[in-house]
Amino acid sequence: MNFDWQTAWDSVPQLLQGLLIALQATALGYVLALVLGLAFALARRSHQAWLRLPVAFFVEFVRSTPLLVQLFFLFFVLPTVGLELSPMWTGAIGLGVHYATYTSEVYRSGIDGVPAGQWEAATALSLPRRRTWTRIILPQAIPRVVPALGNYAISMFKDTPQLTVITVAEMLSVVKALGSQNFQYLELITMAGLLYLVAALLIAWPVRIAERRYRKENA
Amino acid sequence: MTRADQITFDGVSKKFGENVVLDDLSFGVAAGERVTLIGPSGSGKTTILRMLMTLTEPDSGTITVDGDNLFQEMRNGTLVPAREQHLRSVRRKITMVFQQYNLFPNMRVLRNVTEAPVHVLGLSQDEAEARARELLEMVGLADKIDAHPAHLSGGQQQRVAIARALAIRPEVLLLDEVTSALDPELAAEVLDVLRDVAKSTSVTMLCVTHAMKFARDISDRVLMFNEGRIIESAPPAELFDAPQHERTQRFLRSLREES
Ligand SMILES: Nc1ncnc2c1ncn2[C@@H]1O[C@H](COP(=O)(O)OP(=O)(O)OP(=O)(O)O)[C@@H](O)[C@H]1O
Ligand SMILES: [Mg+2]
Repeated sequence: MNFDWQTAWDSVPQLLQGLLIALQATALGYVLALVLGLAFALARRSHQAWLRLPVAFFVEFVRSTPLLVQLFFLFFVLPTVGLELSPMWTGAIGLGVHYATYTSEVYRSGIDGVPAGQWEAATALSLPRRRTWTRIILPQAIPRVVPALGNYAISMFKDTPQLTVITVAEMLSVVKALGSQNFQYLELITMAGLLYLVAALLIAWPVRIAERRYRKENA
Repeated sequence: MTRADQITFDGVSKKFGENVVLDDLSFGVAAGERVTLIGPSGSGKTTILRMLMTLTEPDSGTITVDGDNLFQEMRNGTLVPAREQHLRSVRRKITMVFQQYNLFPNMRVLRNVTEAPVHVLGLSQDEAEARARELLEMVGLADKIDAHPAHLSGGQQQRVAIARALAIRPEVLLLDEVTSALDPELAAEVLDVLRDVAKSTSVTMLCVTHAMKFARDISDRVLMFNEGRIIESAPPAELFDAPQHERTQRFLRSLREES
């Protein structure tokens, strides 16, 4: 079997377009996962059972079912209830909600890692609960989980090929489209693999820096 | 217990699992009184302070501060378990200093002291800072205003914690072995600060400590705890020099041998 360098090289511009779309979906989905994950974590610490229990159920449910099924659900079911979203937004929401269930666990471990004495000191000063969260607990909980949160950005990016099933034109769907014309899958997939690698390493870079800094601070 | 007591415990019991920590305990503390709690490890001293701070709930019995029932409230003419809102209102005038200081490590010293005055008492930032500077000066840390807690010694951290507690203008100050984690020299600095506090304010103080000289200097009364009960209660001169109870004698002897 020969590797056709010309085909491989010619496919790069279109693959890059697919990569850009994958990165876009990752960025949107990740912001959603960060915000929603924190909301889930806080809801699960709420004193209000009506808030805590449904959220706990929802998080368990989403975490225990495949992302692919959730993407299908959003793609086919939302329009039937009148919610028409672009494939990109559907994909970003699917990724974001799915990963929010992971990030909420990360936030939770960060929150649990804040010593009980901090809560007790806040109580001893009669600080309002809200203020205790925003100025005392979260500022201590979040920095230590930044590396763990960052790792989910890499995982999420690696899940973007699943968006091909809901017609997002990310890189894998570009491979399929080109391959169905020239059948040179070896070249296409090799190039796509290389681009995934480079992009994943670029995302991992700041995460590793954060990890190292955190380790140094706690040395 | 008299009618005028600011703090009352009435038949308070607490178990952790099978472990009876407080056993039908009743006592009172007058406004402005300085009371030292002594007793062997596990006798329930910390539990009492934590209950007053609403950090631990009793299984039964009543605790009141200025006539307010801490853990129960009246609703529709019946006494029901207190909700968060009630707890918040009754603990406003109470504060506690902990053995492990528990400063907020993400805030500089000044912010540690101004946070509650601004967001609990509703002082302006300027008022709160002016007051914080005064308090930090009083505890001898005027030059550490911009320091991070992690860069302070244990004794300095504890003095910041005392300034932080006083900043909310408490009527009741709870001190749980605030010098136990400190070397003797640093402990002495902290105790000096507390002597100042005792002299210059009228705050009610409940103090768990093994520092007998200090207890003698500041307390009006010493309570000796054993197995969740008060077995002896007397002014310090009396209790330290002529303890009546055999258990108290033994406990004081062990303290003296230690130091
Ligand atoms: N949260 C808890 N869960 C289980 N047991 C507890 C808890 N808090 C306290 N205890 C137990 O209750 C008993 C009394 O504890 P407490 O801290 O009030 O004693 P203490 O008189 O302050 O002792 P020390 O001098 O060692 O500080 C101890 O046996 C302790 O192990
Ligand atoms: Mg104790």
